[in-house]
Amino acid sequence: MTSEIVLQAFRFGFLLLLWLFVFAAFRVVRADLFGGRTGRVASVPPRAAPARKRGSRGPRHLVVTAGPLTGTRITLGEQAILIGRADDSTLVLTDDFASSRHARLTNRSGQWYVEDLGSTNGTYLDQQRVQGPLLVSPGQPIKIGQTVLELRT
Amino acid sequence: MAGLASASGTDPNAAPVGTGPTPKRRNTELLLLGFAVLLTIAAQCIVDLTLTDALRPELATFGIWFSALWLVAHLVVRRFAPYADPLLLPCIAMLSGLGLVMIHRLDIAGNTLGRNNSGEDAPVQLLWATVGLVLFIAVLVVVRDHRVLARFAYTLALVGLVLLAIPAVLPNSEINGAKLWIRVAGFSIQPGEFAKICLIVFFAAYLVDKRDVLALASRRVAGLELPRGRDLGPVLLAWVASILVLVFERDLGSSLLLFGIFVVMLYVATERASWLVIGLLLFSGGAYVAYQAFSHVRVRVDTWLDPFGYADTGGYQIVQSLFSLGTGGLFGAGLGGGRPDQVPVAKSDFIAAAIGEELGLFGLVALIVLYLVLVERGLRTSLVCRDGFGKLLAAGLAFAVAWQVFVVLGGVTGLLPLTGLTTPFVAYGGSSLVANFGLVALLVRISDAARRPAAPPAAPVAKLTDAPTEVVRP
Repeated sequence: MTSEIVLQAFRFGFLLLLWLFVFAAFRVVRADLFGGRTGRVASVPPRAAPARKRGSRGPRHLVVTAGPLTGTRITLGEQAILIGRADDSTLVLTDDFASSRHARLTNRSGQWYVEDLGSTNGTYLDQQRVQGPLLVSPGQPIKIGQTVLELRT
Repeated sequence: MAGLASASGTDPNAAPVGTGPTPKRRNTELLLLGFAVLLTIAAQCIVDLTLTDALRPELATFGIWFSALWLVAHLVVRRFAPYADPLLLPCIAMLSGLGLVMIHRLDIAGNTLGRNNSGEDAPVQLLWATVGLVLFIAVLVVVRDHRVLARFAYTLALVGLVLLAIPAVLPNSEINGAKLWIRVAGFSIQPGEFAKICLIVFFAAYLVDKRDVLALASRRVAGLELPRGRDLGPVLLAWVASILVLVFERDLGSSLLLFGIFVVMLYVATERASWLVIGLLLFSGGAYVAYQAFSHVRVRVDTWLDPFGYADTGGYQIVQSLFSLGTGGLFGAGLGGGRPDQVPVAKSDFIAAAIGEELGLFGLVALIVLYLVLVERGLRTSLVCRDGFGKLLAAGLAFAVAWQVFVVLGGVTGLLPLTGLTTPFVAYGGSSLVANFGLVALLVRISDAARRPAAPPAAPVAKLTDAPTEVVRP
């Protein structure tokens, strides 16, 4: 009924379509990596990005505003900041209400997120208990045990 | 630890808090799913036309059922995980579609030869895919936040170990020399497949908890950061567990999978290459002892080193598989054009050889690239994810798929000794298919959380000094 030629065409067609599917998947991966079509990237004014960066300059210091370590100031870099009683923390607390690995501040393209590391007494951002990573804006109090921390620009 | 966080932090596109809303890309997913379903149905048509010279009426049932399956999956994702990665579902749809076509093709070959009149396996596999979809939906509906899983880590570890141990204890669990099965009401279930997922969840939760200790306490010896002796405990435990699996269930594949996953997750969590070295050393030691002690391991290794020397006995499978791949060549014999049924257990262990014969190198590489895309999306999810547990879980799940594909294809092509692992989503086998649906459901859940735009922070409520006193436990 079906001739060999037609079948052969079907077979090659199927292989081609299979690869077409793979390339369609690649396009999605590409769009995800480079943020949509290349045209959109080009249409963004080149000045806009650096200007925005300078305008909303991220926080530069972590300051302890209450508790035994009041006045301590840590200059922020790219590295994550580990807070707790453990000796290897970035900010070593001497606070009986803090856990040894209490909380962590991580930098994500200029913005800082606070994350509770499963502490006993919890970490509070504006009286709100930190469950998942939360964005911290400058001036917002982060409470860990008896210690209160703040980001300053 | 810091590396995990900063790795995603350095990529501005990966940051979930970009400008404008994150696209959900659900329509892309639907489009690609439609493409995958159409390709599957087209392949079925080619198989039927080649082998029986007519289109069977069952084809319509298959087409409708298969399309409905993925439509439901898509709608569930749209409803319960709207920000999920758009490529996960199409990839597994295409892979399982190819698997179903191949199994159907081998069904026809088996029936016309009258050699093994075991009936049709493809409808059974479709039924298993439906069961898998039910698990997929259940996971997405029940697990609304993947971090909840971390709370059940030790329970899941217990469940995983029990599942792993059941076949070793039960009688009547042996199929083809490996004690991996439990038989319930006519069905054979491989609990190890589900144990794998439970244990990955446990590893992720455990390592997130302990990674600082495992990463920081170390001595520097010959350029390698060696961990302290007492921190070796967990990796030794995983090693012992995988050796026990090897001894009591006589399954090389699960043993290798389990240990590989643990070592790699340890490496991802701690960023210490020394764990890989330690893992490799432990593995080499275990492999050597196993080679000396167990005849079934020795047979596998001997046939791997010289398959043609044992072509009539233990090496028959691998020799047939190599012939199969050789017959396929670059573009393959065409769907329905080859003789993939010459390979023993072509439907399950050697389905990759069947695909290689009928679709050739071109088709087999497309299959591998589909896995690659699936794994890449998993690792991408891991990078973008905002919490450590999710990162580690996604990386572990993605690696489990990658490792399984590597070990299976290595076995089929003669690169590695043969193991009892199955090609995920493609090979015939209910437990494996259902468990892998569950695995992808977890990935979908994590990727939804990872790509979801971060909720804007609540405005400051009150000054701290005005806050009511809280009672805290010391």
